[in-house]
Amino acid sequence: MTTYAAKRVLSLLPVLLGISVLVFTIARVVPADPALLMLGERATPEARAELRQQMGLDQPLFFNVAAVRESANPLALFDSQYFAFVGALLRGDLGRSYFTRSDVLDSLLQRFPATIELTLAAMTFAVLLGVPAGVLAALRRGRTADTVVLFVALSGVSLPVFWLAIILINLFAVNLGWLPSTGRLDLILSLDFEPVTGLYVFDALLQGKPRVALSALEHLVLPGITLGTIPMAVVVRMTRSAMLEALGQDYVRTAEAKGLGARRVVSKHALRNALPPVVTVVGLSFGSLLSGAILTETMFAWPGIGRWVYDAINARDYPIVQGGVLLVAVVFVVVNLLVDLSYAVIDPRIQYS
Amino acid sequence: MSLGVPDATAPGAGADRVRRVSGLATVLRRIVRSTTGRTGLVIVVFVVGASLLAPVLAPYDARVDRDFDSVRQPPSLEHPFGTDELGRDTLTRVWHGGRISLRVGLVAVGLAASVGSLLGLMAGYFGGRFDLAVGWLVDILLAFPGILLAIAIVATLGPNLTNALLAISITQVPIYVRITRSVVLGLRESEYVQAARALGSRTPRVMFGHVLPNSLSPIVVQVTLSVGVAILDVAALGFLGLGAQPPIPEWGLLIREGYRQASRAPWLSLFPGLAIFVSVVGFNLLGDAIRDALDPRLRRA
Repeated sequence: MTTYAAKRVLSLLPVLLGISVLVFTIARVVPADPALLMLGERATPEARAELRQQMGLDQPLFFNVAAVRESANPLALFDSQYFAFVGALLRGDLGRSYFTRSDVLDSLLQRFPATIELTLAAMTFAVLLGVPAGVLAALRRGRTADTVVLFVALSGVSLPVFWLAIILINLFAVNLGWLPSTGRLDLILSLDFEPVTGLYVFDALLQGKPRVALSALEHLVLPGITLGTIPMAVVVRMTRSAMLEALGQDYVRTAEAKGLGARRVVSKHALRNALPPVVTVVGLSFGSLLSGAILTETMFAWPGIGRWVYDAINARDYPIVQGGVLLVAVVFVVVNLLVDLSYAVIDPRIQYS
Repeated sequence: MSLGVPDATAPGAGADRVRRVSGLATVLRRIVRSTTGRTGLVIVVFVVGASLLAPVLAPYDARVDRDFDSVRQPPSLEHPFGTDELGRDTLTRVWHGGRISLRVGLVAVGLAASVGSLLGLMAGYFGGRFDLAVGWLVDILLAFPGILLAIAIVATLGPNLTNALLAISITQVPIYVRITRSVVLGLRESEYVQAARALGSRTPRVMFGHVLPNSLSPIVVQVTLSVGVAILDVAALGFLGLGAQPPIPEWGLLIREGYRQASRAPWLSLFPGLAIFVSVVGFNLLGDAIRDALDPRLRRA
């Protein structure tokens, strides 16, 4: 197991390298000149050239062949934009916003808890609705309940998420007025609330402010459902098929033959064995939730990284776009690795070679 | 073409063709027999047919035909889907929008499937360093979840429909590489491939004449299933303002334009969304049915 884990961690390195090359390349093929964006159109060409030099944009992209020829120092090969980028990356420096000059990594980490809280809400929705629905469909296989559940699951992966958001906002926020549709907290409550971890519900409960916690929860409902719809559909399908498989196993028949009640057979014997693939699917859906957050956060004015990156795209603030994409990709790869490694914990039958 | 009649000049190929044609008939029969397959087929034929016939049956220019006397009309007999802020008929716009959204979805998937399965075929067949390099590329592309990579690509290349198509296509390449490669790995050592090689067939002939045709089923299944994803992604980019630009009546863009006036004219965002939903459901149902029909072993017992 340890060897396997070490191997998997090592195999991440080339992928991380590739991610850095790809993100770097994407950010550098931008037709716009950063110096022009930062200084405006009225800056003199000299000022722009100076800024470009300061930012290292006059260096070659990947390998500095000319410098090697001049100085005969093979290490000069790495005096390039890409290696400067990676060097900064290793120091935890993702650059600064073109316009506000704020540190990209700081700003990202500041907004990350909002995205995490939304993601957790979406996963909770997906699991709380998806697992029971999947179990029900498996138990009532081929009957009306099964058909209904399968149709809901099919709809979940066939709906445009942003369209669902519009309908939810119109129905529950605008027409019925039951739930808020923007932000994380009622403005009035946010005045005397100092978040610690950035997960508002958790912070509010910790500080003994039930009204704040309730307001934060209310704000989570609509965006949580929006973001959680696709994973819900995936969880339903996976639970249903895993349950069907488990229900057909000998040990379930044995349990039934022993005279155990149906409820006990389903919960203790079938469901427990059907859960590992479901847990896997939930873990793997974490990444798609992070990228789905761009749409959801934009719709609900949710102050997380998704909306921030979207705003940065429109403002052509490329360091933010680059940093946000990089962060999501790295988190996604690491989470997938953890899910992979946790197989062994969830299911001891799995042997690693 | 005399389909199904053995070609006397090439006995081997003829017999092969007979089997393949009757196989196709069996698959079609299986699809039509299942409820999901029938429903999916009807929906797909309907949306594709309606889109193809749009210039004939809805002969207005969806971009410019406006009527300032009937602005933002709710659905009525005259305008079943209502009208927008310029008095354009929403039904016409959604109808013509299908031509764009479906075409972009299909082309993006077609492109991804061609490039991806070609890479997968070569990686699986040749193995070695090429396989390693392709595998590395796939791992990197898969590190960007969902639509993130497409957003990043369009954000830098500039927002328009062509770039959106390319970006979505790129995000779909890895799955085809993986599927094709895994099938090819199995086929490479099969007896008929070894026989073809022993008979002196050149590598391209073995690859495209023997290996590829026999690995087509999983690719076909994936194509049908990813058309739905592509339609959704095109719409998402359009909605974010990163895909089609006005006045193109692309479905996602229609929802974006309707969203701004959602409280006054909810029909403007409702109907294009329904069009996306129905089309994607159709392709997903058809995809499931094709999968079951091609490989009954995959059917959940």
